[in-house]
Amino acid sequence: MTRTCRQGLCLKRLATALSALAFAALAPPLHAEHIDVRAAFVRAPHSPDTLSILDVPAEDDAIAGARLAVEDNNTTGRFLDQSFSIDDAPVDSGASAVAAVKRLVDEGVFLILADLPGPSLLELADAMRDKPVLLFNISAPEDMLREENCRANVIHVAPSYSMLADGLAQYLVWKQWKRWLLIKGPHPQDELYAGALRRSAKKFGAKITDERVYEDTGGGRRSDSGSVQTQRLVPAATQNAAPYDVLVAADESEVFANYLPYRTFDPRPVAGSAGLKPLSWDGSHEQWGAIQLQNRFVKLAARRMNERDNQAWVAMRMIGEAVSRTGSGDPKVIRDYITGPEFAIAAFKGQKQTLRHWNQQLRQPILLGDGRMIVSVSPQEGFLHQTSELDTLGFDQPETKCKLP
Amino acid sequence: MQTAMMLRRGCKAAPRIARAFACGALFLGAWPMASALAFTAYVSNEKGNSISVIDTDKLEVTQTVKVGRRPRGIALTQDGGQLFICSGDDNAIQILDTKTLTIIGKMPSGADPELLVLSPDGKLLYTSNENDNLVTAIDVATRKAVAEIPVGVEPEGMTLSPDGKVLVNTSETTNMAHLIDTQTRKIFANVLVDARPRAAQYTPDGSELWVTSEVGGTVSVIGADHKVKQKIAFAVPGLAKEAIQPVGLRFTPDGSKVFVALGPANRVAVIDVASKTVEKYLLVGQRVWQLAFTPDGKFLYATNGVSNDVSVIDVGKLKVVKSIAVGSFPWGVAIAKE
Repeated sequence: MTRTCRQGLCLKRLATALSALAFAALAPPLHAEHIDVRAAFVRAPHSPDTLSILDVPAEDDAIAGARLAVEDNNTTGRFLDQSFSIDDAPVDSGASAVAAVKRLVDEGVFLILADLPGPSLLELADAMRDKPVLLFNISAPEDMLREENCRANVIHVAPSYSMLADGLAQYLVWKQWKRWLLIKGPHPQDELYAGALRRSAKKFGAKITDERVYEDTGGGRRSDSGSVQTQRLVPAATQNAAPYDVLVAADESEVFANYLPYRTFDPRPVAGSAGLKPLSWDGSHEQWGAIQLQNRFVKLAARRMNERDNQAWVAMRMIGEAVSRTGSGDPKVIRDYITGPEFAIAAFKGQKQTLRHWNQQLRQPILLGDGRMIVSVSPQEGFLHQTSELDTLGFDQPETKCKLP
Repeated sequence: MQTAMMLRRGCKAAPRIARAFACGALFLGAWPMASALAFTAYVSNEKGNSISVIDTDKLEVTQTVKVGRRPRGIALTQDGGQLFICSGDDNAIQILDTKTLTIIGKMPSGADPELLVLSPDGKLLYTSNENDNLVTAIDVATRKAVAEIPVGVEPEGMTLSPDGKVLVNTSETTNMAHLIDTQTRKIFANVLVDARPRAAQYTPDGSELWVTSEVGGTVSVIGADHKVKQKIAFAVPGLAKEAIQPVGLRFTPDGSKVFVALGPANRVAVIDVASKTVEKYLLVGQRVWQLAFTPDGKFLYATNGVSNDVSVIDVGKLKVVKSIAVGSFPWGVAIAKE
């Protein structure tokens, strides 16, 4: 550079660069003009066929969490002249979300919270590749979305199967319950969770001593005399197993897992899809100030906050945080902030949550709950890592298959 | 002081076994000479639903008083005669008579009060209501709320400038320090700091406002222009950065040093105020939370939420000299002259 230009000119360039730097340092961090941030919530319905009626999704499932975060962001926004809103964009079960999001993009909405099945989210990410759209994955746990099929326009707020399975495995190993009987359902999604559990067992030194498949005979989930049959079915399905300490279930389709506790042939605890579940959130979680978020949510939605509600809240707060810190509503600025080194979000799980830059997954502790109480929170004591103990949960940087541009 | 030092020197010469037994007792016996006055420390036990009363000379709990549910923030009146206790699960601020150690009344605090601060003249009490995004001003004499000031999401930390003109509230989810004019009761500045701000304190000369960010892991120094002029970060060898969570913060009366409780890092950081550099990390109990000086400034008490004890720090020597077992999940601490 010094050789190709005359000295005076170079100095001038340097001066310009310096004054730009000085301006950046002195400029007020908060924008003077009003900023209005409009996001949208694209959602496919979740099946109401749950084994427990407590788990039947509410009409405002997930989006209620985003609405609460919009309220929170607007409270902060009062002081910064920023406002936030969220549109509801429901799509039919099994339908593509691409058309709905295209309409939103045409209206100038680029920040999309997606509560969609994994393949549908991937289709949407690819369809929006050339648009300034930023997608927040609220609910899809598939590891492939963070690994071989990771996309630069997707931020994963929901934990992956591997993070959930590792969170559970660390606790079971800490308890010295190292022999597992794995029972999985027959559906592809069950195999994804089962695969993550097998990987976790290997990673942390547990052993799957026996593995079974629980058949799905179809039909409805409830009847007036349901317990009579299951009381006879489950012991038969779990007897003659190789010796085990804990039964670990992978049932992503609500076929059998909630039938297992208290009904196994051998008196053993149940974990995974029932019993002790690894969770991103639970209505019973109250540590680290979480009670405040729970109270606000109950006031808004007249029900308890579930995992999807929480992930939607976190995603909308991430947007709020990016806007208040950068003073911009531009999706590109928001993406740069969230994927940059400054980003951290407080989300009531005892420590800051940051983004894995290599696959855009939110680092987070995993709660272990039985539906009534939080039993423990992973990472467990003693599971160490050179950069963040949260990276003991899920696929880590050295093993990732994700290659972002 | 000299007696204590001589005794200790004597101890070094004594046979090891005798030293371990007798010198400890002698050393404690000499303690009243080291501090001229006996003070009384009050510690709120969040899960114990009680206040532990500590004699700072004997360095032991002399009484445990049952109070309301989930006591956290506490504050003494100027004369030390009354202790105000945020009793979160009772939605009230209780008043404890420190002579009789009985609850003599309560204030209408609004929902779930967590922290409070008293005006220098003792006439007004300010408290933060986390559920309603409000700061409430209560008239102590009439026990009535006289003002509500809308602030950010989850208001938490409360402090007053030394001249009493500025009330500061931190909001945990909005991530701001809100500066409120105590005359007009209106916000005149909002300062963004790192995630989950907790405690705020002015330097004794009132020139700077220091704010801890629990999740951000930093302390922000705010100047007279209401802008963050510096952020102080912490690093403890062998500890994950996520474990460093600054919470309570107190300046020495001369303003030369500040002590910062680092939560689950189990340490209290000592910072030189002029150079804004961390001088030392003092190992204390688990999840160290709030801090208070003895009125003579010689000792600092730190509540350790998870280990159910209080660490006593010798401010001159920068050493932890004692840990005192208190109730379940100690939270707030306030120390009276008598």
